[in-house]
Amino acid sequence: MEYDFIVAGGGLVGSSIAYGLARQKYKVAVLDGGDRSFRASRGNFGLVWVQGKGWDYAPYAQWTGQAADLWPQFVAELVNETGVEIDYQRSGGMHFCLNEAEWREREREMEMVRQHTGGAFEYEMLDHDRLQQQIPQVSNTVLGASYSPQDGHVNPLYLLQALQQGMDAHQVHYYPNQSIDRIEAKQGGFYTHSTEGTLSAEKVVLCAGLDNRRLGEMLGMDIPVVVDRGQIMITERLQPFLNLPTLHVRQTAEGTVQIGYSHEDVGLDDGTSPSVLKKIARRAVLMFPFLARVQLVRAWGALRIMTPDHNPIYQQSTDCPGAFTVTCHSGVTLAAMHSGPVAEWIGGSSRPDLINQFSTDRFNVSPG
Amino acid sequence: MFRLVDETSVDTLKLSIEGREYDVPVGISVAAAVLLCGITRLRNTPVSGSPRLPYCMMGICFDCLMTIDGFPNQQACQLEVRENMTIEIQQGAAELLQQR
Repeated sequence: MEYDFIVAGGGLVGSSIAYGLARQKYKVAVLDGGDRSFRASRGNFGLVWVQGKGWDYAPYAQWTGQAADLWPQFVAELVNETGVEIDYQRSGGMHFCLNEAEWREREREMEMVRQHTGGAFEYEMLDHDRLQQQIPQVSNTVLGASYSPQDGHVNPLYLLQALQQGMDAHQVHYYPNQSIDRIEAKQGGFYTHSTEGTLSAEKVVLCAGLDNRRLGEMLGMDIPVVVDRGQIMITERLQPFLNLPTLHVRQTAEGTVQIGYSHEDVGLDDGTSPSVLKKIARRAVLMFPFLARVQLVRAWGALRIMTPDHNPIYQQSTDCPGAFTVTCHSGVTLAAMHSGPVAEWIGGSSRPDLINQFSTDRFNVSPG
Repeated sequence: MFRLVDETSVDTLKLSIEGREYDVPVGISVAAAVLLCGITRLRNTPVSGSPRLPYCMMGICFDCLMTIDGFPNQQACQLEVRENMTIEIQQGAAELLQQR
């Protein structure tokens, strides 16, 4: 076998896993897609986000909290190894509530996350006055916000760059522009047939996002991924006014403002649509009226990789042991978890307590 | 540094750059006017503060951002000069307009 591991997919998930495996001294190859691939890693919002996640699934609430706690150490090591600054800040984060109904719904979810994590998750509901003390630009129409000091944000493009340089520093073989036709399990190993030709490895990890469904079928895994498009707008660079991210509006270290938050099922189309952009813009202007006079410089769509219950999948194939998958829509937040504990689980050295809670078995429960 | 190809018969208009008045030819872009008037810096970047001049002159590079008639981050190469236009050097990131 040429490699210990072949990682299918070179986005944030695949890069985190490959980097984590290479740090355990495994010989790793990454088969990445090309410029036309659907790349959530290059279109996402850059949140390292805890609040609200897992309110309806306790293991995910716990998992997310652990991931966010690993971030400071993860960043320190990554920056130390690569010299790439990734603008990470654990600044805390907010979600604005525009009316009573949103406020009550939000408070309920935040409280459930707190209970799921045995109190490890910390939050506060801020009324308008307290919110305005912290963010003077906020509009009077905002009723209040949920706040958690455990949220943060990062430049996701620099994060991807740092992971790729980290892979390079640990001698990962990176193959760009690959389209994988077939993966075979035979003779105690795995053979990938891609643009590069045939490569072999002891084990294989599917981190190919939306393509995991197709690749999983080749290795006896049913990986139910669905498409969820989000659209984002970027403004011109502005003086700092928002020192922490919100779920809809975030100001980057360079001063641009990202405006987003939409969910659409439109199939494999990562374009933009005026109707959705209008809705996103209108909500942002409700929150920060001065944005109405700010120039937008870019807008794009990107496809989230969703599972039916929105929780991640970590699975080793029963039919083809040695074949793993990591599938999630939170490649940023979970990057610290993926490059650490999950890569160690795949590498065989340890097993995170919660990992069984994220197997695909949960989708195959027969009724009654 | 720059001069007109044909200086004989040009209609001009008046505008101001950094508070100083200039006569410039009708129909040229603000970026061209700034270069013609010998300005050596039309913005400072928001991140490093480095001084910039127009680069592509065709609306792609966003290096010619200026504050024009009070509006920040205008692409100087994409705007035609107008009588009494007020042109200012863009200092770093735009201020929030509601504070103006």
